[in-house]
Amino acid sequence: MKKSFKLIVFPLLLTCLVFTYSAINVFASENTSLHEEMLPNGLKVLALKDPSAPLAVFQIWYHAGSINEQIGKTGLSHLLEHMMFKGTPKYAPKEFSKIISRAGGVDNAGTTRDYVFYYQKLAPDRLHLSIELEADRLRNLIMAPKETLAELNVVMEERRMRYEDDPQSLVYEEVLSTAFKNNPYRWPVIGWMQDLKQITRDDLYEYYRKYYVPNNALIVIAGNIDIDSLMAKIRKEFGAIPRGGDIKGAKIEEPEQIGERRIFVKKEAELPYILCAYKVPNIFNEDSYALEVLAAVLAGGKSARIYKSLIDEKRIALSADASYSSFDKYPFLFYLDATALPGKSINEVEKALYEEVEKIKKQIPSEREVQKAKNQIEASFIMGQDSIFFQAEVLAMFEMLGDWRLKDKYFEGIKKVTLEDVQRVAQKYLIEDKRTVGILIPIKKNADRK
Amino acid sequence: MKKLKLKKILFFTLILHFAFCILHSTAFALDIKREVLENGLTLLIVEKHNLPVVRVTVGIKAGSIVESEEKAGIANLTAELLTAGTKKRTASQISEETEFVGASLSASGGNDYATAALSVLKKDLDLGFDLLSDTILNPSFPDDELNKKRERIKGGLRAQEENPEFVASREFKKAVFGIHPYGRLVQGSPEALDRIKRDDLVNFHSTFYAPNNAIMSVVGDITPEEVKNLLKQYFSEWHTKELIVSPQKPEGIKEKKIINIDKDLTQANIILGHMGISRDNPDYYAVSVMNYILGGGGFESRLMQNVREEKGLAYDIHSFFDANKYGGLFEVGLQTKNESANTAIEEILKEIKKIRSKSISDAELSDAKSFLTGSFPMRLETSQRIANFLVAVEYYGLGMDYIDKYPKYINSVTKDDVLRAAKKYLDSENFTLVVVADQKKAGLKKEFKQ
Repeated sequence: MKKSFKLIVFPLLLTCLVFTYSAINVFASENTSLHEEMLPNGLKVLALKDPSAPLAVFQIWYHAGSINEQIGKTGLSHLLEHMMFKGTPKYAPKEFSKIISRAGGVDNAGTTRDYVFYYQKLAPDRLHLSIELEADRLRNLIMAPKETLAELNVVMEERRMRYEDDPQSLVYEEVLSTAFKNNPYRWPVIGWMQDLKQITRDDLYEYYRKYYVPNNALIVIAGNIDIDSLMAKIRKEFGAIPRGGDIKGAKIEEPEQIGERRIFVKKEAELPYILCAYKVPNIFNEDSYALEVLAAVLAGGKSARIYKSLIDEKRIALSADASYSSFDKYPFLFYLDATALPGKSINEVEKALYEEVEKIKKQIPSEREVQKAKNQIEASFIMGQDSIFFQAEVLAMFEMLGDWRLKDKYFEGIKKVTLEDVQRVAQKYLIEDKRTVGILIPIKKNADRK
Repeated sequence: MKKLKLKKILFFTLILHFAFCILHSTAFALDIKREVLENGLTLLIVEKHNLPVVRVTVGIKAGSIVESEEKAGIANLTAELLTAGTKKRTASQISEETEFVGASLSASGGNDYATAALSVLKKDLDLGFDLLSDTILNPSFPDDELNKKRERIKGGLRAQEENPEFVASREFKKAVFGIHPYGRLVQGSPEALDRIKRDDLVNFHSTFYAPNNAIMSVVGDITPEEVKNLLKQYFSEWHTKELIVSPQKPEGIKEKKIINIDKDLTQANIILGHMGISRDNPDYYAVSVMNYILGGGGFESRLMQNVREEKGLAYDIHSFFDANKYGGLFEVGLQTKNESANTAIEEILKEIKKIRSKSISDAELSDAKSFLTGSFPMRLETSQRIANFLVAVEYYGLGMDYIDKYPKYINSVTKDDVLRAAKKYLDSENFTLVVVADQKKAGLKKEFKQ
């Protein structure tokens, strides 16, 4: 997927995962080691030492993504992410990032459907700053009404930039809200504009108090770090924070889709675009591994089926892709998307996409193709390890799904995928009745515009 | 993360010997081996054995700066077509061989130089170098591939029209640089692309793609001896060529230019700026510090504080100096709802005038220095970044000890230097202003109207 559809910062990196290492040396270099601890207040900490990393990273993740929101108040999670930079009694609104950048570091955050995470990249001997600052804002955010209102405006500008004025993103938004009827995945992480306009400071504060509690959080620190001293610091700063209430998530069950859904977006745009989304399981289902491999077989690069057919041979698409990630908490979607070349019809493009799907259903993929897909997934993961941030993120993603050790299971799963598996999951899941299709129809509003 | 041009990365994210982490035995340092080979190729090697991965970046001094206006886009097209077929491989074979081992091989043009990049697992090093050399030395520029690529570039340009930021940027560059290559898109224009024939590509390639016109950086799990052997095996047919190149500097005309473009948008995309400095300007470092404070320092910058934090007018506002080899530009960019366009432009001008008239504070100066010098390891975190960095350092003649020199340059900048730089290199009267918006809703003031 090419666009920054949502506020997920690194979704694509995470589709390429896991390499088998011995139980202790779980990551990059020979001398890496992992320390795992749960504080009495429920806060989980993972500390990864990698002596080869030139810098260190601190990440804190909360199970506080948009999935926890309610109708009429969507966008809370992401707005809260913004507000986390707006000050506590100890550190004024501008202070947080200033302290980090003075220390030569960078900091940022991201909100997804399932989580929100905050991170800083710093020299290893400065990580204590992260610990102090994050422990402080976990509990002591002021959330002044004036600041909240000003930030709401910023978020609305962000929404305009990412969605209102981005036709393909609008299609994505429509597809999601049509594909899911009951699952909160159906509303955008950034929230509907109408909801943003009516969110109150109290809504936000209530959400913050409920979800930003140690027993709902995970810390990952990684780099050439002194684990003992940092753990001591974490126990001191975070350990003092009382455990929060138990958070009982509603059991979300999406009703079965029993027929294709189609939506259209008419907007000033240049080229037609199509996004097809099929309902598929996530990592808790054994089929997810084959789905990953299927996505790579279909669209792993220029030598893969969709590129070869739509872009190279038929020359009807400017871009065409297939993508799947198994890392959502709830079963999510397998995508096919494409932008038509000027002068080509989106119907032709749609037809060609389905042709590729039918081909792989009818005829089993080749040994070489499947091996290539696996090689790509593996190589991508190995190369990704060069970044300590990526290493930390991988740990975090799996831990947030239940257990960081899942990542080993993941790679084993990928390795075991057979040619038959790839064909079987295409037959099982890439079917018309489970599909939601969104099409962008470009229109020119005013003839004399421009 | 927006378009991360190498110069911009260099600009903000400069490197420094790890000033703060002095005592660790694993303190970050870059051990660069530089050699100019017999055939004139400048070879830069950094060993990094944390992962079984090797990255190679080749910079060829054949950016759009050397192309004619008539054949605008030929530099980029030549680069992009390197992987579209060689004397012994078709485009399909190249992508199949590369992707089967999970490697990546790509090439594209830039303003100053073109870049070919290889990422490969150690175990496939031979294949990687084979493919890299084959594509750089013996591209065949097949006619059908040329046509396909041309179609796609044109399609891509058309698609980009949908992106208001792209439209604003394109108009801005054109207005600032006029007919100079820096004023064009690297991809060229549809009309110019149509004029390019296969012979043109062959000539361009044979004229500019010579080892004495190139820089190669190799970073990763490899020794200098291994590199030499691979070069001997795969690049021995790359022979010195006589080069006659005389790139022009852009002409600086001081005048106010205003461009308004009407589109169906909720936000105004605004760019305000003018010509800047070239990379070798001795004031580059004073300008770096000045720009960090004005609008380059993320949340710390004056523009961010004013326009986003205080007024909530934008999600993103930034300024930068894009310093190329022969010239450069300065710009401030933001997106804000149509109705706020006037206010936003006024605030930008206010900030420019302010930094030109009054000295910055001690705190601002020290914060800027702290970040610029301290954030160095971040920019050399991965082999990929190191490889790109090495080529840039060599191309811009910064010296192999640049990493050590940089903090000295930055730390020696005084408040007076910043004021002087602001007065000299910022202009609040003769600027180019581009506003892409729903012009009716924006209701621009007379002084901001075309």
